[in-house]
Amino acid sequence: MSAYYTSVDHFALIPALMLALFGCAVLLFDFLVFPSPRQRKWLLVFLALGVGFAGFGLARQQAFLAEQGLSDFTAFHGALTIDGFSIFFNWIFLAASLIVALVSYKYLEIEGEHHGEYYGLILLANCGMYFLACGTDLVTLFVGLELMALSFYIMVGFLRSDKRSNEAALKYLLLGAFSSGLLVYGFSILYGLAGSTRLGDITAAVAGRSAWDPLVFLALTTTAVGLLFKVSAVPFHMWAPDAYEGAPTTVTAYLSVGSKAASFAFLVRIFLGPLAAAREVWVPLLSAVAIATMTVGNLAAISQTNIKRLLAYSSISHAGYILLGLVAGNATGIKGVAVYVLVYTFMNLGAFLVVVALRRKDILGEDLEDLGGLMRKSPGHALLMLIFLLSLAGIPPTAGFLGKYYIFWALIETRHYLLAVVAAAYVAVAVYYYFRVVRSMFVAEAPDREPVASSFGLRLALGVTGLLTLAIGVYPEPWLALAQTSVLLR
Amino acid sequence: MSEHLLSLVLFTPLAGMLVLLLIPGSRKNLIRLWANLVGAAGFLVSIPLVLRFDKSAGGFQMVERAEWIPSLGARYIVGIDGISLLLVMLTTLVGALAILSSWSAIEERVKQYYAMFLLQQTGMLGVFVALDFFLFFVFWEVVLVPMYFIIGVWGGPRKLYAAIKFFLYTLAGSVLMLLGILTLYFQHFRQFGFYSFEIAELMKLDLPPGLQQWVFWAFFIGFAIKVPMFPFHTWLPDAHVEAPTAGSVILASILLKMGTYGFLRFSLPLLPKASIDPLVVQILIGLSLVAIIYGALVSLMQQDWKKLVAYSSVSHLGFCTLGIFALNPNGLAGSVIQQINHGISTGMLFLIVGIVYERRHTREIAEYGGLAHVMPKFATVFAIAMLSSAGLPLLNGFIGEFTILQGAFEANRIWAAFAVTGVILGAAYLLWLYQRTMLGQITNPKNLRLPDLNLRELAVFLPLIAWAIWIGVYPKPYFEVLEKPVAEIVERVRPDYFRQAPAAVAGLEVLR
Repeated sequence: MSAYYTSVDHFALIPALMLALFGCAVLLFDFLVFPSPRQRKWLLVFLALGVGFAGFGLARQQAFLAEQGLSDFTAFHGALTIDGFSIFFNWIFLAASLIVALVSYKYLEIEGEHHGEYYGLILLANCGMYFLACGTDLVTLFVGLELMALSFYIMVGFLRSDKRSNEAALKYLLLGAFSSGLLVYGFSILYGLAGSTRLGDITAAVAGRSAWDPLVFLALTTTAVGLLFKVSAVPFHMWAPDAYEGAPTTVTAYLSVGSKAASFAFLVRIFLGPLAAAREVWVPLLSAVAIATMTVGNLAAISQTNIKRLLAYSSISHAGYILLGLVAGNATGIKGVAVYVLVYTFMNLGAFLVVVALRRKDILGEDLEDLGGLMRKSPGHALLMLIFLLSLAGIPPTAGFLGKYYIFWALIETRHYLLAVVAAAYVAVAVYYYFRVVRSMFVAEAPDREPVASSFGLRLALGVTGLLTLAIGVYPEPWLALAQTSVLLR
Repeated sequence: MSEHLLSLVLFTPLAGMLVLLLIPGSRKNLIRLWANLVGAAGFLVSIPLVLRFDKSAGGFQMVERAEWIPSLGARYIVGIDGISLLLVMLTTLVGALAILSSWSAIEERVKQYYAMFLLQQTGMLGVFVALDFFLFFVFWEVVLVPMYFIIGVWGGPRKLYAAIKFFLYTLAGSVLMLLGILTLYFQHFRQFGFYSFEIAELMKLDLPPGLQQWVFWAFFIGFAIKVPMFPFHTWLPDAHVEAPTAGSVILASILLKMGTYGFLRFSLPLLPKASIDPLVVQILIGLSLVAIIYGALVSLMQQDWKKLVAYSSVSHLGFCTLGIFALNPNGLAGSVIQQINHGISTGMLFLIVGIVYERRHTREIAEYGGLAHVMPKFATVFAIAMLSSAGLPLLNGFIGEFTILQGAFEANRIWAAFAVTGVILGAAYLLWLYQRTMLGQITNPKNLRLPDLNLRELAVFLPLIAWAIWIGVYPKPYFEVLEKPVAEIVERVRPDYFRQAPAAVAGLEVLR
């Protein structure tokens, strides 16, 4: 190994390498080795292998840090930093990718758009997320972001013959490109301030200036707007409901957890790294955004009749809660962000998976009414959905409560009492629309007699997400210990 | 097993529910039988609590502790004192009877119904035995979901509205309570350097009065909505009217007590300075008196039998909160006894409404009249329930109301004067209800052939009637059980009380 590619570099890169290699392999094998549609399941096996190898690399990194008693190590001259934070988030991404791929098989067949490159795109998007979690260089981060976003643009428009899917993809592409442009503009100013793209250097350069320095302010606002677009915070959320509704449901699920979690990892890295010195400027800014996000997300969700749009607005409101963890900004708050993202991943994924199961032959299954009588038709799905919705609403003993608990705790610790009260009040609002879904499932009559879609992958994925949503809530200790390591941000 | 007695009591219904889920939904009678067995077992395993309870010992008994979430400082700690002992026994008994009363009332989705009921039973018991605030909060919230379903699925015409209103109201209160809990939790960390939710630990806190006030009001919202105190009571009539009979019984007998229990267990001992603050006391007493009189007046003009009983709950719970904030041993002990009484009497009244409703499918009081002619057993049971609710001597209601009035009188005579009007109005609306429905000639031909109580229905009432008479005739054991915990609360809130007013302490002796 040369000075440009040391063994440490290799060690830090290996999960991403695996994801990228297997992603490209899936693309190639799709038409070279497995041209027949019946052989497509091998692509799923390839994806699982890729995720498995990446997971192995991640486990090695984790073990290495633990053995050496290190909090982190850097590679590529500081362009990548492997620490508890990156490892924690990467586990979440890998889990989300695997679960989404498992359920996509059946779903895409029903949609009649089953193509092998889908699995390649999942892996490539995951590769981009990897760099968002551990990148500590503006260029690395940006490339990671674009890799993820480009894969998603394609996946959102994957239903070629469906107008809604095409519209969603175009909207997402245009607004995504716009936000990336703003973000890069902010990055260019940060580079101008520091003369370096390393986050560490930029942190030092920003700290050397006053928080209200106009250049810092300009960099802060443009970067923040770009990032808030990605996490779909109000007022930069308009793309989310349309993209979520139009995209294939499995992609919506992936988008709402994978992309969002990665963007939050990115956001935390930037705000607690380079922009930490300007904290007094961005705390009021983010507080206002968080309140607006919770308000719009929760109030707009009330009147939705399409379950995907409802979940889209709900996921907007969850972004507001996560932002509050950052506003608190202390160790509890950061841990709260990590815990929240973790529980959000499983519960939100689970809720979308139930919607996936409702897509049957000729039935779109996206209306609230389509959930009607689910308890009679398929009690298992109804009970799982109930668990996911209770968790999304934050009712103990489900996992979602824990996320909210940490956010409230952090806000109380940092004396943001008013924010805490507002955030608490919106819990009650959220219950109202989540329980519209519950009401539909348990009280309303079924609109059709067609049984819900089912496949081994779907059942497994639903079982795992449901079990985790309950288990994290009832016995959270091991998961909290895992999240604890993520607080050790560099 | 003996050292895990409380856990056994707590988790018996849950275990029963898990087994119930394995029974196929089409075998309705097997499900009913199993649910009743679990209910009965839940009551039977709780009897040793009474036998083993040591009246002379202070503090908590039969305490069990285990680590649960060390990184939050949340533990599994359960234990009981005299107050929780009585409420636990009320829960296990009324729970079992409510399950028995549902046998023929619930025909649809029987399995889900009983599963929800048993889950709720564990939730309520958990609230009364938890000694860790986090654990308490989890149980507190767990109770909401089954009740939502019991009202929302098996309820009356406006069930969905009532169910979500109940859920939202209570939830809004409890999230604010959570913020209060977190404030105490964080203060504990600042003062002692470690996180804990244990009540005994939180009692060591030395908090400035200003902060205590904020936390007190946060708790107040949570508990007052649950009680419900005026003006937070509007969810109650809706929930009661729409809920199926057994749901109303549980709601009135037990769920509401979670609120008063919260005041006794948390607000008073943890926030003594705020609880004794004159303004706070005046506001709470004021709201209690308004509830007593307003609840009674509204009851007087109800056309709907069930709504009348629902509003009478508002009035009776007003007595309970009045007793609590009289802040003396008589008031507090009377309040706890009145909570039990209300559980017995109002539980019976709701069962009574349920029985006529099952036969006639209407609750309009005007539809009835002269039922005593065709349903003599029913009329007798109703008479006992009505008189016990109205506070006739030798029945339970009298003991509770009298002791509370004694406590109120000791604190402030004007309070007692207002409260007494509530007693009179209470007798008025109950007697009038009885007269309109039971006495006179049968005017409505539909009522001519109503069957009287059957054996199962009688079996539901008998234990409650026996209990009502026991408390009414021989309340001594209840006062003995309550003496220590009540003294501890008073000592905590008013440290100089027992030194200043030995005469008042002797006041309790009147009843012994």
